[in-house]
Amino acid sequence: MSVRDDVSARLPGGDAGLIVAVLLVIYAAYVLIGVGLGYSLRGQLNTIAVLTFYIGVFAMLALALNLHWGYTGLFNIGIVGFMAVGIYVMALVSKPLYESGGAAQVGGLGLPLVVGIIAGMVAAALLGLVIALPALRLRADYLAIVTIAMSEIVRFSFLSGELQQFQLLGERVGFGGGSGLILDFTDPLEAFFGFFGLWDAYLGFVDSFEVLVPNNPKPVVDGLVYGVVLLFFVAAFYWLLKRTGESPFGRVLKAIREDEDVANSLGKNTNRFKIKAFMLGCALMGLAGILWLMTSGAVTPNFFRPRITFFVWIALIIGGAGSNTGSVLGGAVFAALLYQGPRYLKNLVDTVLPNADAPSGFGPAIAPLISNFDPAPLFFYTIDSIRQLQLVFMGLVLIWLMHNRPEGMLGYRKETAAGIPLTAARARGTAETDGGESGGGSDE
Amino acid sequence: MGIAETYTRGRQFAVARPGSVLLALVGIILLYDLLSGLATGQTSFSSVGSLVWDGLMRGLVIGLAGIGLSMTYSILNFANFAHGDFITAGAFSGWATTYLVAGLGRADVGALLLVGAGGSVFGGTLGIGVTGTPLAVVAGALVAGVATVVLSLGIDRLVFKPIRDEDGITLLITSVGVAFALRYLMQFVFGSSVRGTTSQPPSISLYFVDGVVRINAHDIALVVVAGGLMLAVHLLLQMTKLGKAMRAMADNEDLAQITGIPTERVVRSVWVIGGGLTGVAGYMFILWKGTLGFNDGWLLLLLIFAAVILGGIGSIYGAIVGGLAIGLTASVSVIWIPSAFARAAAFAVMIVLLLVKPEGIFSGRSTA
Repeated sequence: MSVRDDVSARLPGGDAGLIVAVLLVIYAAYVLIGVGLGYSLRGQLNTIAVLTFYIGVFAMLALALNLHWGYTGLFNIGIVGFMAVGIYVMALVSKPLYESGGAAQVGGLGLPLVVGIIAGMVAAALLGLVIALPALRLRADYLAIVTIAMSEIVRFSFLSGELQQFQLLGERVGFGGGSGLILDFTDPLEAFFGFFGLWDAYLGFVDSFEVLVPNNPKPVVDGLVYGVVLLFFVAAFYWLLKRTGESPFGRVLKAIREDEDVANSLGKNTNRFKIKAFMLGCALMGLAGILWLMTSGAVTPNFFRPRITFFVWIALIIGGAGSNTGSVLGGAVFAALLYQGPRYLKNLVDTVLPNADAPSGFGPAIAPLISNFDPAPLFFYTIDSIRQLQLVFMGLVLIWLMHNRPEGMLGYRKETAAGIPLTAARARGTAETDGGESGGGSDE
Repeated sequence: MGIAETYTRGRQFAVARPGSVLLALVGIILLYDLLSGLATGQTSFSSVGSLVWDGLMRGLVIGLAGIGLSMTYSILNFANFAHGDFITAGAFSGWATTYLVAGLGRADVGALLLVGAGGSVFGGTLGIGVTGTPLAVVAGALVAGVATVVLSLGIDRLVFKPIRDEDGITLLITSVGVAFALRYLMQFVFGSSVRGTTSQPPSISLYFVDGVVRINAHDIALVVVAGGLMLAVHLLLQMTKLGKAMRAMADNEDLAQITGIPTERVVRSVWVIGGGLTGVAGYMFILWKGTLGFNDGWLLLLLIFAAVILGGIGSIYGAIVGGLAIGLTASVSVIWIPSAFARAAAFAVMIVLLLVKPEGIFSGRSTA
């Protein structure tokens, strides 16, 4: 660990500098490969927008999970359940009122997006409370099974016909059932800029991109700007969790993680701390779910399969549980290498060998290899099924990490419990002794 | 022993265990609803009978598959999330064998070995069933057991053994990695389509009050195999030194080791017994259900966890009883709630029981 600590200490800006450096390396790699293959600028910008989007969502989810697992030691594997509740409740509140003849089968309450987002977060937090109240008494592995069962119950509920449409406050609303829910509220970016009265300015800004990207630059610019918005949210999550972690509240959480009995015997009502931390994390997961899906146009319950939960876990474990910086790095590395990387690789191979026909199944792929040692069909089948194989690869990475680096890149770094900086260099000139206020400032 | 005393004791129980009282109340309401439905003829006896029979069959599969999970959970101290994919692996290996034995000479060997991936061969056309091709089914069940034993021993050697002394959560996370790798490797090889594996089995209709309950040959096969294996495991663990060693290890591994129990060899036996049962359970599940997809084991896994926790971790009877309870809940609950929530009801039963009685029904005994 000390080597890595040194790296982060030597970079300008400390942890924030480390994150920026890693992001720059990732972007540089993607851009260089794109340039090498002669991608158009539009394609390049699109790739960057998609990459930024996934870095953003996985970093946010990993940060929220870090509050649960890294700080408090709560083994939550029901992340998708909270995400689903977040976006569905947000849609229920913010979708426009039902009008017969429209594309959407059901309407919503027609309230502003901000209200919907807050309602979604509150709903996710309340679901967290419902789970936490009874389940926190249980062993870690029981909590795991209860949370994953809960996430499946949530998915089945949104799939069921009973909640497909119902009446609420006299309006025809619903969750759309298995066929999905159309998210026909105002475009989030429009709402965001419109709120500050900047929408026309934004459209002008988009038009100025005609020079770089001729023919309808709006989708590309929208994607990039939304990615930047997500990165701002990541920064906000990071700041919030850093403040939480360094507050007296956060110190109790870490004490609970290390030894709950000790924390209890020191007079802390550990259950209440755990419930609060759990609810905060759940609300953040709900927000991450909203941000992930609100620009996607529609949402189906089967998006929320447990595998996304495990993606977040892999991201957190890569980065290192217990470290906010690690969570962001883990989210970025996961999104760039494990999540988007293989898909990018497939595009790459498709560009290099454009006319290769992949066999439809494993049988036709392996037969030529056995009969006349022709590995090409198997290779093309492998490339074609990269979306499955990337999950195999993720599984292997997870096993490797647990064997060789269970603490991840930056996990469980020693964090001083003092409210003021103790190192000589930082202590110089810092005379505050008010506790807990100035410690986090230097890194932001 | 007056009325007052009985009342006082009753009140004490209600105060000490409000959850149990509430649970009993809910049970009474549901039972009343069912009985009134039966009395007024809204619910027919035969449909309830069919649901109960379906639930029992489901429960046998869950219970049989749950024994292996329960054993690894108590002896190796971790929740094995790869267990569901061991079930799928057993099913695929067994069904490849069945297809090969039943369809040799009638279809392409490659298509048979891939269990008809991409609709190349259909189980129905091969006439697969316990009455139509008994040899193929027996061979398939045996291969399913053996292949899963080999797979679980291999994975234990490569993945779990190096981190044997880590805590349960580390092992749990690792097993999630194993599950991912196994499941999507199987999807890569066998494809993602859900295929029909059996032809329509012969069935008998039992007269039941106001209708019939259908029981088919595959139900009978499942009862015979699951019952036989459960009895065999019971005898093995009760009568042999191995069973005693396992109980000792589940109780306290260090103590077992210093009293001379070869713990690594016991662990291997656990994987052999658990893996074998799991593979056969996967095979019988598909035989009973009639369809096979790469996600089947994973979807069953949460129900198995529910069963094992319900029964009490480490208890084999607990796994069986818990399996039957969960299977019955998942099937019978459709009397009261929409069928979309049947699986949710099974999870809810598990969550509620975890809260009321976290140590499970057969608590306090490990691996017996």
